[in-house]
Amino acid sequence: MAGTSPAMTEETLIPNETPITPALIAEHGLKADEYQRILDLIGREPTLTELGIFSAMWNEHCSYKSSKVHLRGLPTSGPHVIQGPGENAGVIDIGDGLACVFKMESHNHPSYIEPYQGAATGVGGILRDVFTMGARPVACLNALSFGDPRHPKTRHLVAGVVAGIGGYGNSFGVPTVGGSVCFHASYDGNCLVNAMAVGIAAKDQIFYSAASGVHMPIVYLGSKTGRDGIHGASMASAEFGEDSEEKRPTVQVGDPFSEKLLLEACLEIMAKGCVIAIQDMGAAGLTSSSTEMGAKGDLGVTLDLDQVPCREEGMSAYEMMLSESQERMLMVLKPEKEKEAESVFRKWGLDFALVGETTASKRFIVRHRGEIMADLPIKELGSEAPVYHRPFVQMSKPPVIDAASVPAPESIADVLETLIATPDLCSKRWVWEQYDHIILGNTVQRPGGDAAVVRVQDGPKGLALTTDVTPRYCEADPFEGGKQAVAECWRNLTAVGARPLAVTDNLNFGNPERPEIMGQFVGCVRGIGEACKALDFPVVSGNVSLHNETNGRAILPTPSIGGVGLLDDFTQSATLAFKRAGEEILAVGETIGWLGQSMFLREICGREEGAPPPVDLVEERENGDFVRALIRDGTATAVHDLSDGGLAVALAEMAMASGIGAALSEAPVDIPAHAYWFGEDQARYLVTVPAAQAQAVIERAQAVGVLATSIGVTGGEALALPGEPLLTLKALTERFEGWLPHYMAGGL
Amino acid sequence: MKSAVLVFPGINRERDMARTIRLISGAEPAMVWHTEKELPVGCDLVVIPGGFSYGDYLRCGAIAARSPIMEAVRGHAAKGGLTLGVCNGFQILCEAGLLPGVLMRNENLRFICRDVYLRVERSDTPFTRGYNAGQVIRVPVAHGEGNYIADGETIARLEGGGRVIFRYASPDGMIDPNWNHNGAINAIAGIVSERGNVLGMMPHPENHVESAVGPTDGRGLFAGLVEALEKAA
Repeated sequence: MAGTSPAMTEETLIPNETPITPALIAEHGLKADEYQRILDLIGREPTLTELGIFSAMWNEHCSYKSSKVHLRGLPTSGPHVIQGPGENAGVIDIGDGLACVFKMESHNHPSYIEPYQGAATGVGGILRDVFTMGARPVACLNALSFGDPRHPKTRHLVAGVVAGIGGYGNSFGVPTVGGSVCFHASYDGNCLVNAMAVGIAAKDQIFYSAASGVHMPIVYLGSKTGRDGIHGASMASAEFGEDSEEKRPTVQVGDPFSEKLLLEACLEIMAKGCVIAIQDMGAAGLTSSSTEMGAKGDLGVTLDLDQVPCREEGMSAYEMMLSESQERMLMVLKPEKEKEAESVFRKWGLDFALVGETTASKRFIVRHRGEIMADLPIKELGSEAPVYHRPFVQMSKPPVIDAASVPAPESIADVLETLIATPDLCSKRWVWEQYDHIILGNTVQRPGGDAAVVRVQDGPKGLALTTDVTPRYCEADPFEGGKQAVAECWRNLTAVGARPLAVTDNLNFGNPERPEIMGQFVGCVRGIGEACKALDFPVVSGNVSLHNETNGRAILPTPSIGGVGLLDDFTQSATLAFKRAGEEILAVGETIGWLGQSMFLREICGREEGAPPPVDLVEERENGDFVRALIRDGTATAVHDLSDGGLAVALAEMAMASGIGAALSEAPVDIPAHAYWFGEDQARYLVTVPAAQAQAVIERAQAVGVLATSIGVTGGEALALPGEPLLTLKALTERFEGWLPHYMAGGL
Repeated sequence: MKSAVLVFPGINRERDMARTIRLISGAEPAMVWHTEKELPVGCDLVVIPGGFSYGDYLRCGAIAARSPIMEAVRGHAAKGGLTLGVCNGFQILCEAGLLPGVLMRNENLRFICRDVYLRVERSDTPFTRGYNAGQVIRVPVAHGEGNYIADGETIARLEGGGRVIFRYASPDGMIDPNWNHNGAINAIAGIVSERGNVLGMMPHPENHVESAVGPTDGRGLFAGLVEALEKAA
């Protein structure tokens, strides 16, 4: 075994057969000054394998070199936080001796190049992050952004990404319970696939990646290593050009069957007490997993690549170290339990190989065919990665649009009919019906509501889960947009009656070397931080995806926020469907009719303009706490948060979900009707209550400084907007449900 | 009731099934690994749950159908023992030759997860005694390959022998292509063996048994089985 050989010195390193030229360095995505940093750090020219290792560790995806300094401003702790960012996933305490483990991660670049496999392996990777920590995955969500529906590639990407997410999650056996889908021309050359996984673990059985103990066996588990995904993380750290199609070989191929076996085998050996440390092989595969385990444990690692199970013959050390083959794990096992662990893996038909050991040297040594291919300082590989304070500019804020200056449409009813059949507001049933959202038997609220609700084991607790962001707000005003993404996530959890606990953030932006893009990033992160602090909603895990641009055109800034909330009793969750006729509909929160950056302005007036709605975090909190209390004491019969499309769209959704219509009162005289019905003011909810209790609820709101206004009554089979023709629910539903299937069948 | 739930690599609804059996029968099922050669002694119900055995590679259910435990299942069925295959379990039973026909890809070539309506064709079987003939029940499906087909002669034999137990239907019990999500011939959702002791079905009754989580129309199947077995004992 590796550790029994004499101490390594640099003299025994293999000589470089491949000259390290500036061109080769550039091909590895390393800048000249970054290469100089490597020379200064190791005091000699790196071997080819070492160069590969540095490129894998120092790219944007793995090193967070452009984002790190800004992420430090995010709140990451709280009374229920067990593990914040820095591990495979975040961990929060949900009581009863249980913990919720969750994270969201992007797989944008691979999904654009090869949508099925790119999306599938995105799901696989995030599931691994969760069960690596000892949690059994209980739910998945995903936030997807595609280009203009008219773009020739969009339909193909939607079909492939959705099939890929379903293909992996369905087979693995986890319900995909929620998420979002949006379309915008800025994603034409760069779709976004953000996958979130949530698991449950015993609070005292969480597993971490830090190795401990010298001469402990390092074991490789799972699938074999192939040549797929080499340089995947580097690809994800560069922009696309005309040649993006040629990057297909860097996309990994997923095998959910192996992952399911890996899950069962890992949980089984964890339960048997075999595991000291565990790290999944994700981006930068064997390199990143082994160095992380060593560096975190303050130990060296020696790897013997001759022992690595390979799918193909003749793989070089370079290829093995950079392969991103899926469904692989690295573990440090208790030596006395090694045999027991091996028998479990054999039972599940998985590879199990002793590939190295921990050492006291703090060196990362890679041996192959009797030679030393790499000998590097293990801690510095991570800690000495470049950190950039990239220059950024913040764009001036766009002007506030006066609602009165926006021409009134001829008919509010017509606008509503149009809006609910737009790509962003239409039903996403076509998507989520391809995901098994009921497996495990715990899905209490299925996709289509404000947040999904999943029972925790046999109850009575429930988890509420959602992902949110409004990219057009973020582009117009990154700071307010960042705040809004968090506030909407918090609001959606609140709308089902949950207490929001923590978030994972998946920050998707363009090229950070462009000051205006860096300005978007900095602004959004500050906004997220501000909102998370104000709402006691810490960030416990996350992922940064930069360089989302093609031919110099960046995506809209898209910081997806994945939120987790807790219900003490899952049977008390609220849904958005009206429950019975004759109930009073109350709007909670103030409506002033904010049209800047609204769906109305974009879809009806063709204007992507103005300042987005400001987010008052104090008001968010007060209004949300009030609504949650109404749900908890059983007063609220239906609840829906107000967001894209405003009051009218939310009313239509509540009516369509129930088959019960509503008759609405006139808009207040001081607000133009279109601004009232379609404005996107924040911190608002719609709540129904029995008519007899409406006045008491309004007074109760007043008492705590919350505005609650009656806006109508439920009943009938149509939506009756004042002075407008009746909108039958049947016709509305046909339009709402019709757009996406029609589009995917080739129509537009 | 003494039941066994078979576990093949890649099966993923075994926990759902085990929980439902426990909930309704009050007895814990034995989880039986595919390499076993025998069923637990006294086992009176064998259940093959849903999932993606062997990743659905090769053909759905094809590899699992050749597992060691399937010999024991054949013996159990040959003696008239009750055997239930759901989703991938149905596919495995077909591949094992315990039921005729095959499950092809859904007509629209996509995986579909949604609640569907089934018309219960007979109530005089151990699997459906908890329902009335003609009753419509709401249960979920979650499959990409549930489109049942067999040659004309086999279909005629199934229909003639009253072996089609469940059909996809509209909420009011009409057989209608719009309510047949996967395109199965004659809207077939579930069939029994000639002797009536082996049932294969695509929908998941085990996922609709708890009122706190959703509809409960799946209960009847399991409650009926419990009764049938108690009566037989």
